[in-house]
Amino acid sequence: MQFDSFSAFIAMGGYGFYVWLSYGVSLMALALLVFSSLTNHKKIKQQIAQRQKRETKLRQAAELQNAQPRADISHKT
Amino acid sequence: MMWKWLHPYANPEISYHFAGKILPWCARLAFVFLAIGLTWALLFAPADYQQGDTFRIFYLHVPAAMLSMGIYLGMAIAALSSLVWQLRLADATAAAMAPIGATFTFIALITGAAWGKPMWGTWWIWDARLTSELILLFLYLGVIALHNAFEDKNLAGKAAGILALVGVINLPIIKYSVEWWNTLHQGATVSKLGQPSMTADMFWPFVVCFIGFAFFVTALICLRFRSEILNRNSMRPWVRELVATEEKVHAV
Amino acid sequence: MNPRRKKRLTIVTSMIIGLGVVAGLVLYALSQNIDLFYKPSEIYNGKQDTGLKAINGQRLRIGGLVVPGSVNRNSESLKVSFKLADMRMPISFSETDATVTVSYDGILPDLFREGQGIVANGILVNGNIIEASEVLAKHDENYMPRELLDDAVEKPANSSYSKNLLETTY
Repeated sequence: MQFDSFSAFIAMGGYGFYVWLSYGVSLMALALLVFSSLTNHKKIKQQIAQRQKRETKLRQAAELQNAQPRADISHKT
Repeated sequence: MMWKWLHPYANPEISYHFAGKILPWCARLAFVFLAIGLTWALLFAPADYQQGDTFRIFYLHVPAAMLSMGIYLGMAIAALSSLVWQLRLADATAAAMAPIGATFTFIALITGAAWGKPMWGTWWIWDARLTSELILLFLYLGVIALHNAFEDKNLAGKAAGILALVGVINLPIIKYSVEWWNTLHQGATVSKLGQPSMTADMFWPFVVCFIGFAFFVTALICLRFRSEILNRNSMRPWVRELVATEEKVHAV
Repeated sequence: MNPRRKKRLTIVTSMIIGLGVVAGLVLYALSQNIDLFYKPSEIYNGKQDTGLKAINGQRLRIGGLVVPGSVNRNSESLKVSFKLADMRMPISFSETDATVTVSYDGILPDLFREGQGIVANGILVNGNIIEASEVLAKHDENYMPRELLDDAVEKPANSSYSKNLLETTY
C-alpha cells in the first residue's frame, strides 16, 4: 500500500484534483457508453416489435375488409 | 478453404448468437481485470520519482490511447472488407466500433490534459502528438456521422468506410509523431521495441489494466454489433421470431 | 443500385478522397512547421532541416535541458533566468554546448528543475536571449519509483545528472 491514510489517498500527494478528474471523467464516459449501448439495443428491439404489431393489426384489418368484397368479386367473374 | 471455414460466421443469425455467447464472458473478465488493475494502479503501484502520484493517470491514459488507435485499425480493416468483399457483417462491425473508439480517444485526450496541466504546465499544446490524436477524434466523429447520415445502411456504410480508410494515414502519424518532430509529448514507454522504460512493479499493473480494457472493448463491440445486426436485418424471419419470443417472455 | 443513389455515392466518395488528398498535401507542406520548438544550437546555426534562422523579435518556442547551476532566481519576485542546452539522451552536459538564456516572470511548472527538459515560448532578443511568456516542462518516457533513484545515486557509475536532480528535488 502506497498511502498511510484515506486522506492521503484522496490527496494523491497534492495532485488529487488532476488524478480524480482523470479517473472520474473516464469512468463517466465509459458508463455513458455502456448505458447508451444497452438502451440502443433495447430501442432497436422495441422498434422491431412495434412494427410487427402494427403489421399484424393491418393484416387483420385487411382480412376483415376482404371478407365481404371477395363475395362480390366472385359474382362478377 | 478459408472461405469455407469462415462461411458460417458470415451468416448474421449465427454471428448474432455467437456474439451473444462471448459477451457475458468478456464482460466478466473485463470486470475482474479492471477491478484488480485499477486498484493496483491507484493503491499499490509506486509513485514516479519525478511526477509523484500524477503518474497514476498513466494507467488510464496509455491503455485508452493505445486502444483508440487499435480500434481504429480494426474499424478500417472491417471497412475495407465491407467495401471490397461486400461483407454486410464487416460493415456492422465497423459501425459498432466507431462510438467505442471515439470514447477511448476522448478519454485519452482528457486524461492527457489532466496530466499535462500539473506536469507540463499546460492543459493543451498544439504539438504533433496531441493534434494528431485530436484529428483521430474528429475522424471517429465523422465516421459516426456518416453512418447515421443515410437511411440506406448500405450507402451509409460505404461513405463511412471510405472516410475510415482515408483516415488510416493518421495512425502512423500519431505513432511516430514523437520521433519525426520535436514535441512536448515524450516518446513511447511501453510500445517500443525491447524493454519498457519502467520498472516491473509499475509495468504489471499497466498490463492488467490494458487486458481489462481490451476485454471491456470486446464486450462492447459484441453488444453494439448485435444491435447493428438486428437493425440491418429487421425484416428477416429469424429476427422477427427472436423479437417476438422475447416480447412474450417480457409480457410474462 | 439506382442511378440517383449511385450519383450521390460518387459525389460523397470524391469529396472524401479530395479531402484526404488536401489533408495529405497540407501536412506535407507543413511538415517543417510541425516541429514544436527550436533547439538552442538551432538558434545559432538555423533549423536542422531547412537552415532557417530565427531573427531578433521573432516569437518562437525553444526546447532544451536546463543547464545545472545556471538557474538565477530573483529573491523578491518570480523573475527567473536559466540557460538551456540541446536535449541529449542519455542526459549530459559539456562546456562546449551551445546555450540560450531564458528569462521568465511567472510560476514555473512543478517539474522544473536543473537537468530537466523545458519548452519555453517567447521572443528572441539579442540573438541568444529568450524573454519567455510561458515555460512548460518536458519529461522523458522513463518512469521509476523513488526508492530506486536513491539506490541509483549511491552507485558512482551513475551520471552527475541524477545527483543534481536529487539536490534540487529534496
